Amino acid sequence: MSVWPFEIVARTERSSRMLFVVPVLTVVLTVICATIMFTVTGNDAGTALYSIFVEPFLDAYGISEVLIKASPLIIIAQGLAIGFRARVWNIGAEGQLTIGAIFASLIPIYWVDQPFSLMLPSMIVAAGLGGVAWAAIAALLRTRFNASEIIVTLMLNQIAAQVLLYVINGPLKDPRGFSFPQSVSFPPEALYPLIVEGGLLRVNYSIILTLALSAVAWVFVAHSFSGYRLHVGGVAPAAARYAGFSANRAVWLSLLIGGACAGLAGVGEIAGPIGRLQPILSPGYGFAAIIVAFLGALTPIGIVLAGFFMAVIYVGTDGAVLSAGIPSSAPMVLQGLILVFYLMAYTLVNYQLRRKPGRMRA
Amino acid sequence: MTNTLIFILAGAFSTATPLLLAAMGELVAEKSGVINLSIEGMMALGAAIAFMIAYQSGSHALGFLGGGLASVALSLIFSTLVLVLNANQVASGLAVGILGLGLSAFLARSFESLTIISLEKLDIPILTALPLIGPVAFHQDVVVYLGLGLAVALASFMSKTRGGLILRVVGEDPHIAHSLGFKVLRTRFLAISFGAAMAGLAGAYASTVLTPLWSDGMIIGRGWIALALVVFGTWRVFRILLGAYMFGLALLADLAVQSLGIRIPSQLLTSAPYVMTIIVLTVVSKDALRIKLNAPISLGENYKPSK
Repeated sequence: MSVWPFEIVARTERSSRMLFVVPVLTVVLTVICATIMFTVTGNDAGTALYSIFVEPFLDAYGISEVLIKASPLIIIAQGLAIGFRARVWNIGAEGQLTIGAIFASLIPIYWVDQPFSLMLPSMIVAAGLGGVAWAAIAALLRTRFNASEIIVTLMLNQIAAQVLLYVINGPLKDPRGFSFPQSVSFPPEALYPLIVEGGLLRVNYSIILTLALSAVAWVFVAHSFSGYRLHVGGVAPAAARYAGFSANRAVWLSLLIGGACAGLAGVGEIAGPIGRLQPILSPGYGFAAIIVAFLGALTPIGIVLAGFFMAVIYVGTDGAVLSAGIPSSAPMVLQGLILVFYLMAYTLVNYQLRRKPGRMRA
Repeated sequence: MTNTLIFILAGAFSTATPLLLAAMGELVAEKSGVINLSIEGMMALGAAIAFMIAYQSGSHALGFLGGGLASVALSLIFSTLVLVLNANQVASGLAVGILGLGLSAFLARSFESLTIISLEKLDIPILTALPLIGPVAFHQDVVVYLGLGLAVALASFMSKTRGGLILRVVGEDPHIAHSLGFKVLRTRFLAISFGAAMAGLAGAYASTVLTPLWSDGMIIGRGWIALALVVFGTWRVFRILLGAYMFGLALLADLAVQSLGIRIPSQLLTSAPYVMTIIVLTVVSKDALRIKLNAPISLGENYKPSK
């Protein structure tokens, strides 16, 4: 029938060896593509790759920046992965992050002149609630009205961006901020303490919270009955129904956990490197975290590694723009390539390429 | 006041056109059972390539051709992922979308902030001279009319031709379609390619006609609006057409608010299309029977041919 002598055949069981091969293959293919890309743009590919993958590790500042970027990516991806494993497609982390940040910002904006010691903890709670509330809209519409959570969460992203623009141009705008659309700068009590005080390093304790929650996610996924029920609902919906696991419960749990995690990432930004509410809170962490979740094979440990990898790409490409002169659009191309290659390579886990049997071609 | 009204109503034809083109493309893809979340990226790539070509050659037609073809080329990656490798449609769409956004910024980086001349508006004898309706509906560029014509053609293709029937059967139940002897994967491939071409043309219109300049990020969410439109129009061409003009008006919200002196935050109007889409989706999804009438049942599910 066709000249192509190979066919893709389903494996009888998922290849666990391939779960390790796939990320490696993804990175190798991405590096090859990046090399070609930089050569085409007339940059020295060696210098560029060195700037991207090595320089972030060469000094404390680079490592600090990687940790800052890794924190939101990992925390969002942990939340999303729990939903993705249950086949609940929350594409709305970007919006949940935004609403979480707005909720959290109310506290330091309202009490800017009377900061109190529990300001940051209460902001963290508020951010989680904000993310949960925004995700709950999608959960409600899906469970009660059967409305696709993919479309609803995507729309809610756009609406959240407008809500943010509205509040920083209106009620939450800094009255003494001239015409800049931003809130007041938060008092120190509203900020995550820096891990290394008094230096140039911006890394703060949000990364510790992120890693702690990653451990919680690991326990939830690997050792809890609730996590098990979610997973069964995802891989074998019929079996889950037969066992009496509620599909609606899975949708609620997935979206609420995802929303809470995205909200926490939101407070991590405004109570971290940004220090106030402003029009742009995230360079697309909500979408990049989807890549991180998949690249980490939807497992908590994998996501931590993938989150650091993606953070290196962010920090390294920023550096390479300056040191090797690569175009500033390169990071996004690389992100897209990583996910495309990952999805291609992932086929190897469930399928294998083999020679078509019994049909010799001349 | 009347002039402002005419300006806004006429402008909505232009702002609606990229939404309409991209949404019609996505409609066809979804009718075949494939949800393609990469429209935003495909529009961006189409816009970038079309602008580069139109800038260099001075020809809008060549720009549109290039923009459409570039998106189709990008969609080959998406088709490979979902049709050959059975990868998840949601993740694949997002991946290709991010890649498209990145590539558009990357390829057109030396064209940032350059401008070209837009397409001229055509005057139609007698009709353009009509009061009110003349300057609103009959003083538009050729692509606006082509978009309308395409909507009519697509509607009749869907409901009256064998090709449209095959498309719908494949989207409803690929297994039945296969047993009837229809080529499921080929149909889906063609549907995805058509959708990509339309997204590319939509991008081309945005960057060479509507706002004839290139600036990174210029699609600003219009791909997502197109996706919303398909749902808003409940997978029907003429409802999508109507929705495109409503959403096109909403995109002129800032302008309208300022010039008409209405005191509502412009963000409220900007988010109106998304809010309305959620409401419509909720209403149509609630009734399982009603959504079955229009929404393709196998949407989002891959088809694995069994041998």
